[in-house]
Parts: sequence; C-alpha cells; structure tokens
Amino acid sequence: MTERSLSPPRGSGQGDAVPPQAPAPVDLRVRRRFADRDRLLAWVFLLPSIGYIVALVAIPFFLAIAFSFSDVTAGDPSFDWAGLRNYQNVFDDPVFWRSLRNTIVFTVVSMALIVVLGKVLANILIADFRGKWLVRFLVLLPWTTPVALSTIAWLWLLDSVFSPIDWVLRELGVIEANMYWLGKPDLAIGSVIVVHVWRLVPLAAVIMMAGLVAIPKDVQEAASVDGAGFWRRMFEITIPLTMPIIAVAALFGAILTFTDMAVVYVLTRGGPTNSTQVLASWAFFRGIEGGDVGQGAAIALFLFPLLLAAAIAILRAVRRMDVS
Amino acid sequence: MSRTDIEHLRRRARRHHRASRVAVYLLAVLAALGAAGPFIWAGITAFKENRDLYRRSNNPFLFNLTPTSEHVSYLFNSTDFPTFVWNTLWVGLLVTAITLGLGLPAAYSLARLDRPWSGPMAIAIFFVYLVPPTLLFLSLSRVVVAAGLQDRTWSLVLVYPTITIPVSVWLLMGFLRSIPKDIEEQAMVDGYSRLGAFVRIVVPLMFPGVVAVVVFAFTLTASEFIYALAFVSPSGEKPISTGVPTALVRGDVFFWQSLQAATILVAVPIALIFNLFLERFIAGFTHGAVKG
Repeated sequence: MTERSLSPPRGSGQGDAVPPQAPAPVDLRVRRRFADRDRLLAWVFLLPSIGYIVALVAIPFFLAIAFSFSDVTAGDPSFDWAGLRNYQNVFDDPVFWRSLRNTIVFTVVSMALIVVLGKVLANILIADFRGKWLVRFLVLLPWTTPVALSTIAWLWLLDSVFSPIDWVLRELGVIEANMYWLGKPDLAIGSVIVVHVWRLVPLAAVIMMAGLVAIPKDVQEAASVDGAGFWRRMFEITIPLTMPIIAVAALFGAILTFTDMAVVYVLTRGGPTNSTQVLASWAFFRGIEGGDVGQGAAIALFLFPLLLAAAIAILRAVRRMDVS
Repeated sequence: MSRTDIEHLRRRARRHHRASRVAVYLLAVLAALGAAGPFIWAGITAFKENRDLYRRSNNPFLFNLTPTSEHVSYLFNSTDFPTFVWNTLWVGLLVTAITLGLGLPAAYSLARLDRPWSGPMAIAIFFVYLVPPTLLFLSLSRVVVAAGLQDRTWSLVLVYPTITIPVSVWLLMGFLRSIPKDIEEQAMVDGYSRLGAFVRIVVPLMFPGVVAVVVFAFTLTASEFIYALAFVSPSGEKPISTGVPTALVRGDVFFWQSLQAATILVAVPIALIFNLFLERFIAGFTHGAVKG
C-alpha cells in the first residue's frame, strides 16, 4: 500500500555528496542552461495534452452552450440562433422537472448509502483474514465491470417473471404474485438507486482504504492502550482524521451517480412512463434518439452548476488533507 | 493482581478476540456475496437449458437439468460478440498508447519542471476529469460527424483520450513524486540532457506506475458507454459496452444465457487484472493528491 515497490533505492548519493563549495563557474553555467531548457521543455511536454483537451473538451463545452441557444437538429445541423426557445420548451415539459428531481434524489440517497457502506467495506477490507484475496476480488467486481454489462446482470436479477428474488420471497410466503421490480415507479426508483450504490461502494471503499492506511499506527495503538474500544476509536479518532478523504469518496460517488445514464438506460430506459428518467438519460433521448440537439444540450447543461459545486468541494477537501 | 485474576483477564481477552474474528469473517462473506451476487446469478444462468431457466417453479439457484454450454458457443459463433471484444481491445490499446504518449510528458512537466503555473495547471487538468461525457456527447457527436467518423469505431479512438488523459496525468504525477529528484539530477550531472534523463532514466523507473496507468486507462475505455452509444450504431463497429446490451437483444427477445455469459466473460478478467494493481492505484492517487 506504499511506494515500496515504486521508489527505487535512493540515488547513488553522489548528487547530495557534492560539497557546497565545489560548484565551479562551469557547473553554474551548465545549471543555467538546464534551467533555460526546462522552461521550454515544460511547455513542449504539456502542450500536446493541453491542445487535445482544448480541442475536444473545452471547445465542445462551449459548443454545447451555443447549441442550447440554437435550433440545431440531427436532420438540419445548420446553426440558427433560437434564443431561449429551447429552454422554454424544456421548462414546459413535466418530464424535465421529473428528471431533475430524480437526478437529485438518486444522487443524495446513493451518496449517503455509498459513504456508510463504503466505510464499513473499507474496514472489512483492511482487516486481516484468510481468503482476503478472493473477497477483495469479488468485492471489486461491481466497480471494475463495465456499467452497462453489470446492469444487464441486474436486469435479469430483477426480471418481471423469473427474478430469483421473487422466487425466494414466494417460497418464504412473503408474496403471492411477483413484485415487478422495474414495472412500478417506486420499485423502479429503488432499483436504480440500489444498482448505483452497489457499483460505487467498492470505489468509495478503495478511496477510504487509502485514507485509513495513512493514519499513523501509533495513534490507534496509543488510544487502544488508553482503553478506547473499537467504536470509540472509530468515532473519535479514525473518522475525524479521515474526514477529508471520506468527503472525497462521497463526492466521487455523487458525481458518478449524477452523471451516469447507463444504469437508467439499460435497466428501465427511463420508464415506467419516465418515472426514473434522469437529466443525462433525458438529454440522450431528446438529443440523440429524438434528434433535437439544441434541446438535449439545454437539458444536459443543467448538470453543470451542480458538478462545479462538487468539484470545488473535492478540491477543498484535498487541500485540507494537505494541511493536516 | 492475583494469578487467577490474570488468568481471568486473559480468558476474557481471548474470548473477545475470537468474537471479533468471527464478526470479521461474517462481514467479509456478506460483503463478497452482496457484491458478487448478481454475477453468481449470471454465472448460473449462463449454463442453463431454456426448459430449466424459463420455468417459474424451478429453484433458480440449482441446475434442474444438466448444465449446457450451448449458449456460450452461440455467443461466440452466432453473435457479434467476438467483434465487440476485438473492437474494445484495439480501441483500448490505441487509446492507451495515445494517453501515455501525451500524458507522460505532461505529468513530467507538471510534477518536475517547476513552473509557476504547474500547480494551477494540475488542478485545471483535474477539473477536466470531472467534466462528464454526459455534458459533452451532443456537441462531440457533431464534431465526430464533422470529422467524418460517424458510425465508425475510430470516432472512439479520437474521443476517449479526453477521458483517460486527465486521470492518467494525475496518476503519473503521483508516481513521479515517489521517484527521488536526485536520480535525474545525477544523470544530468553525468551528461544527460533533461530530455535524455527523462527518456532513459525516469521512464524506466516509472515502469510499474506506467503499467498501472495502462490498466486503468484500458478499463476506463472498456466501460465507457454514452459516447459509444451516441456515435456508433452499426453492430459490427460497436465495442463491448454498447454492443452487448443493444445488439444482443433482438426486439423483446433477450438471449439471457448468452447475455449473462458475456457479462461474466468480460467482468472476471478485468477484475482479476485490476486486483493485481489495486495497491499501485492507491499509491498513485494519494501521492498525486499530496501536492496538487
């Protein structure tokens, strides 16, 4: 969990061993030449990445804003100014408000569950036990599998007729008829949230593990010697000390829930009757499948303010980690 | 304290210890089952006969008829699945190569060639990582059309580095910080130029980090969904992530066993490789974050 495998043995030591009075004028000149080159090299090394990002992230971003004020469609891609018409249409559509609400509800509920379960999972994964490798492998599966594919596994798990969950409930006598997990609005909303939580808890756990590893062992041991039990150490030492990294895990969970459309697209296609539609999926259905690029862009842009807030919050949390 | 007291304390500690061990194992098994449950169910399904699968009264967790591999061979012989796998592989490899080609120098520049703008630039790159495909796919779809790459797998090669470069630069910066500066300074004293020191000394030392980034970038491209869905519609050009959920479903007919077999066949190798490099990712991310 450390740089053990990464950090090579520390230099040959000669660099440090040069006595301070040694640098001759020649050395100084050489140094300066390197410094001059560094300035150039720093740009040469960075420019290709910057260029790529500007061309394919920054420009498309402003293009998206421009599209939202235009009448661009897949059939007629010529750009004509349309003012606020797209926004007008979007606001008049109850599905948009439904999507906005769903996006927020899914994100907030998932984030809360992801943090709590991720914390529990991180503590499990950090403990010593036999067969840890296998457990870790199984636990990481939901996160490493492409979302669209793992959602297919869920689609079958929640099948209206052959769901094994229904079978168990039927055998136990809890239900008579099937639940139709994806056929009723409330259950469908619950299902989407469960899938998000399931796929992102491992990521949160991995992030939190990084934080747990960073706590000095002696702090824990000292508290333990002083008679603090497991729960007390957890709530009075571990959690306060790793608060910034817990915040980072929470925000990653939120961003990945909030911007995802694969789960909704594969699991419910926004249904039944748009009750699980989110901004991302609604923008897709409008912009790509409906061909109304302008309106789709207007819908997608509503993701941005919330995203920006989350990004700033992450950065603040990381900064606070620096200070401590 | 008398001897019996000590004995008593010791026994209590041992009992306590045993109880917490049991709790750890119990929680570990529960976590594993919760996480892998859908995959276990998928794995059972993949080998079932139709007559076994589609009978409501059958115990779904058991093989009521002998297992069959006909649906797995159907997946390979009668669907585009092999094409999807191939598309994902070559797109992933090209994107990873582009990512390293652009990302390694960028990370070096930001982590080592201390310029006044290094810090803010690193943060700006991190922000780019947070700009999601959901925000850009509509305008990028017009860019892809303009580039003449619509409905072609090459469009993904063009676009995916926007996802992988920011996160890879961030990771690589972390790995770079764990390599002492003295090493390349010494190399430069020995007569290498800055560039020579970077190529000959630093890159080889970063090899473990580079491998980790390769794995990470590859899995990111393999999981991407929305761009692939928006840009590429012919079945033969699709990667796994969109090909399996859209092209293997014919109308309302789901080839459930084949679909689940595809899920397992993709999920298990990726998770295995990821597991090998998990500790390195953690190291990279935490180092990258230390002096953002």
